[in-house]
Amino acid sequence: MNRTSRTFATVAGIAGLALVLAACGDDADSSSSADGDPSGSAEPEEVTLSVATFGTFGYEEAGLFEEYEQLNPHVTIEAIPPLDGGPYHEDLFTKLAAGGGLADVVAFEEGHIGRVLQQADKFVDLGADGPDTDGRWLDWKTSRATTPDGRLIGYGTDIGPLAICYNKELFAAAGLPTEPEEVAGLFTTWEDYFSAGRDYVAATGKPWFDSSTQMFNAMVNQLPEGFTNEDNEIIVDSNPAIREVWDQVTTAIEEGQSAKLAAWSPEWNQGFANGGFATQACPSWMLGVIEGAAGPDNAGTWAVADVFPDGGGNWGGAWLGVPLESDAREEAVALAAWLTAPEQQIKAFNSAGTFPSQVDALNSPDLLESTNEYFGQEVGSLFAARAEANGEAQHKGPFDGAIQENASSPALQAVEGGTSAEDGWQQFLDETARIVE
Amino acid sequence: MATLTTQRGPDRSSTPTPARTTVRQRLSRLDVAVSPYLYITPFFLVFLLVGLVPLAYTVWVSLHRWTLGGPDPEFLGLDNYVRLLGDEVFWNAVGNTVAIFVISSSTQIAAALWIAVLLDSRIRARTTFRMGVLLPYVTSLVAVGVIFSNLFSDENGLVNAVIEGLGLDPVSWHRDQLPGWIAVATMVNWRWTGYNALIFLAAMQAIPRDLYESATIDGAGAWNRFRHVTLPMVRGTVIFVVITSSIGAMQLFTEPMLFTPGPGGNNGGPSRQYQTVVMLMFQESFSNMKLGYGATIAVALLVIILVIALMNFLLSRLIASDSVAPSRRRLRRRAEGGATR
Repeated sequence: MNRTSRTFATVAGIAGLALVLAACGDDADSSSSADGDPSGSAEPEEVTLSVATFGTFGYEEAGLFEEYEQLNPHVTIEAIPPLDGGPYHEDLFTKLAAGGGLADVVAFEEGHIGRVLQQADKFVDLGADGPDTDGRWLDWKTSRATTPDGRLIGYGTDIGPLAICYNKELFAAAGLPTEPEEVAGLFTTWEDYFSAGRDYVAATGKPWFDSSTQMFNAMVNQLPEGFTNEDNEIIVDSNPAIREVWDQVTTAIEEGQSAKLAAWSPEWNQGFANGGFATQACPSWMLGVIEGAAGPDNAGTWAVADVFPDGGGNWGGAWLGVPLESDAREEAVALAAWLTAPEQQIKAFNSAGTFPSQVDALNSPDLLESTNEYFGQEVGSLFAARAEANGEAQHKGPFDGAIQENASSPALQAVEGGTSAEDGWQQFLDETARIVE
Repeated sequence: MATLTTQRGPDRSSTPTPARTTVRQRLSRLDVAVSPYLYITPFFLVFLLVGLVPLAYTVWVSLHRWTLGGPDPEFLGLDNYVRLLGDEVFWNAVGNTVAIFVISSSTQIAAALWIAVLLDSRIRARTTFRMGVLLPYVTSLVAVGVIFSNLFSDENGLVNAVIEGLGLDPVSWHRDQLPGWIAVATMVNWRWTGYNALIFLAAMQAIPRDLYESATIDGAGAWNRFRHVTLPMVRGTVIFVVITSSIGAMQLFTEPMLFTPGPGGNNGGPSRQYQTVVMLMFQESFSNMKLGYGATIAVALLVIILVIALMNFLLSRLIASDSVAPSRRRLRRRAEGGATR
């Protein structure tokens, strides 16, 4: 929490600074116009823009903020140190409700978009007030951030087409193929995937995947309908597909396939480096996570296969929006538009694996020919193919983020800790009911 | 003097008093009567602004179905409180909080007393050691949380490595209830034991040394000196420490939150094994967006703390009157003894 209040202090400080700078700018402007020099007023005012993101967006890594400052000398960008996704969104929603303390450009994630849309009136309508957006993004990417009455509240940053990542050394040790093309053949359906896991556990005695919550989230994300239907009704207990996913994942837990690591915990990070598990559901942005967690010593250990069981899926991806409370809306919209433009999306992809959501970027040779040195593979074309297979991202309701964090994930952790699958399912339903209430 | 003349009150009659004295007199009277209140007003204004108003507002919020960033709040009356009383999850959190308090306080006070006795004895580099025990207290709580979470890691933690080294089964610190309580209590203790030891040390240094001398002459060993001299003399301080730590323990949040696997988790274990009241309040308010119910938990927590404070108050009065009585008697006896001699 310290971090949050520090962030708040920083934001407040920046806002104050921006006010002072804006006031100075006004002064300079009025004096120059008094001189009757029309060229003086063309010089843009000094402005400081704060940008809040979470996890890894690749902007900092690709040097995009410095680049923008060089292109626009009057702009100073203050990048707020990114939190993890969960705490970041809690912070975002608290500040939205409080009506203050937000950055000039804020990111929000796919799992939370339903909740952000509920408060769409607190954001700039980018469709009306920003550059033209028609046909630039994948259609679903734009429509998921558009309110029923047509307000667009976020420019799409990345999408999360799903593939499977695997540890080549562990595969070799277990006598499995290691070349991505061959590995892809192992995972056509979830049944194939879990049966390969069963064999792997039998052969090595080691876990197959990192965490049941990661698998469950990926599999639920793949369903045509997840926790919430298009009418924003919670359908966790009435959607038989969710129960099926639950049964598949909990069976795998019983078979010892799960390494039982809480996603994003230190142990989970260590698992990438020390061979804690062999496979991992891999949305494109996971490449950056794996590289960071496994470290330079393990370069070439991990690979990604051009496959996802039972078709495709999308996990994650984000948007950049501009809160109405921002003092420098126009400048903030311009920055958000620039950061999400095809050229920048490709740079971010090359630095952090955040996969572009703009059509031009998806078709650009820069992307299709891009290779990831750490994985030693042409990942651009691979994920472009995954994005093609993936279709639309699922509809997310306002409670989906909370259900995933406070209902399904703890219930699965309980099953990993020894609770029966049936009791765990009941816990999942009870906790969901508590959230929806 | 000024007041005297006014009270005698020639001005009460129809004749007007000379303006000179009246203004001065009134000012000075005003000064005496009003100034003190004026001086302490800033505190109460600030307290009103940042203490009382938010408190009253919390009570107001708790009477509504109030969704964070959602539609307009709906007035529910006391429904939230009725729900709270029957909410297993809430009582589970209360139980966890009390259990962690009992585990941490009992061990912490014993350890702090022991450290204080050591620091009170003649050792080399006393000041260094005395400052040293305070070091954990100045460490960032987040760093403490991260490090202890690693030490108590279920998979590859140091504590489990030691336990396995002893030939025992590893413990599921993050998944089971009692181990979770112990791990969280350990974090709390690591931070607060040294601080409390210094408070005990201060109390011990106020004990007259001749008491120890007499005890030694009477043949009391180190344990008996501690049991019959030190302990009774620092009893008041122990009560003070229990009171402050009990109120702090009711608000326990950061340690168990950082201990929860996965960042930002407020569930306190997969099935709320070590979720404290404040964690539940935070989860309901900001994660589940139920600001109204979160406020209800906050008010309930306030009531719990008030009850504990009242119990502490009564208990300390009881013990204080107990401990004052014999010392008075002793004084009287000593005085009488002096007289006969």
